[in-house]
Amino acid sequence: MAEVPGKLELFLGFAKIGALGFGGVGPWARHVIVEERKWLTEREYAEVLGLGQILPGPNVGNASVMIGRGFHGLAGALLATAGLYIGPLCLLVVMSILYDAYGDLPRVAPFMEGVAAAAAGMVIGMALKMAFNLKASAQLVAVGLLAIAAVAWLRLPMLLVVAILAPLGIWISLRQARAAALAKARP
Amino acid sequence: MILLGQILVAFGTLSLVAIGGANAVLPEMHRLVVEVHHWMDDATFTQLFAMAQAAPGPNILAASVMGWHIAGPAGMMAATLGMLVPSACLAWIMAGLTIRLRGNTWMKPAQFGLVPIAVGLIAASGLIMAQAAGTSWLSFLIIGASTVFVWRTKHSPLWVLAGGGLLGLVLL
Repeated sequence: MAEVPGKLELFLGFAKIGALGFGGVGPWARHVIVEERKWLTEREYAEVLGLGQILPGPNVGNASVMIGRGFHGLAGALLATAGLYIGPLCLLVVMSILYDAYGDLPRVAPFMEGVAAAAAGMVIGMALKMAFNLKASAQLVAVGLLAIAAVAWLRLPMLLVVAILAPLGIWISLRQARAAALAKARP
Repeated sequence: MILLGQILVAFGTLSLVAIGGANAVLPEMHRLVVEVHHWMDDATFTQLFAMAQAAPGPNILAASVMGWHIAGPAGMMAATLGMLVPSACLAWIMAGLTIRLRGNTWMKPAQFGLVPIAVGLIAASGLIMAQAAGTSWLSFLIIGASTVFVWRTKHSPLWVLAGGGLLGLVLL
């Protein structure tokens, strides 16, 4: 791990991720944790996110618990999680009060349409960036492509896709690590 | 009190099956909130979900908005806790396991085997979002420009979000 954040820094970093996370927090989490503050390397972050993905719940929410615990134990997990949710929750309270009062929200449809399009591109761009930075083997790339096809094209439930592909990915990765270790042991 | 307990249990169960985040549990959330408990009608459910999507933060916070609608501030708290605590506990246990197994030689490669799935699922949700957002040539242009910007540069993604919103405001 490159830089260990203090407790306040951890809270503020995750607060930024939550508050700016329009259209999902994934790209912001990676931007703040890997690029801006350098708390984790691309690979370390991807590994935490991979675990977060196979657990139920939002993957960045799970990542906040795991990253927070790694840096500062229980306090870290609580601070990171609280930071992630505090900004959006406050805003949602205001929006709920407005919704109760007027039964509708101000018309911001065209602006939000543009934001939604940009957010979609942001998520695809982040996936491309991670894919090229991680330098995985061809077989693991194939597993990733299978995941894309199964969810985006065939529209299979993520639960099913993870249940099938997780053992496959782990098996391939372990086999390659063993082959690499054997090759190194041989003179 | 009984209502709050019901909210806590309903969203707590939802939390444990929410692999893939909010969009993955949307059908089950609808079934529980509209069909099983009759807490709101179809139209309200759709509006509240859209409202949560428009706000920043993890999309799972749709649960909080629904909790507020069902039982006010206490309902929001019950729904949010129900949605967060069970999955956060699992993440805590998983983090403990990885810390315990850190020295193990097979731990890192095993964990790396999950990475392509995580990245693939992110790409897939981006494509699904693009399908929903791509309603005109301008929105496709915004999607393409934003993809390239985030992929090829290290600048803050805030620029594309603001730019996309402004373009939408002026041209859509």
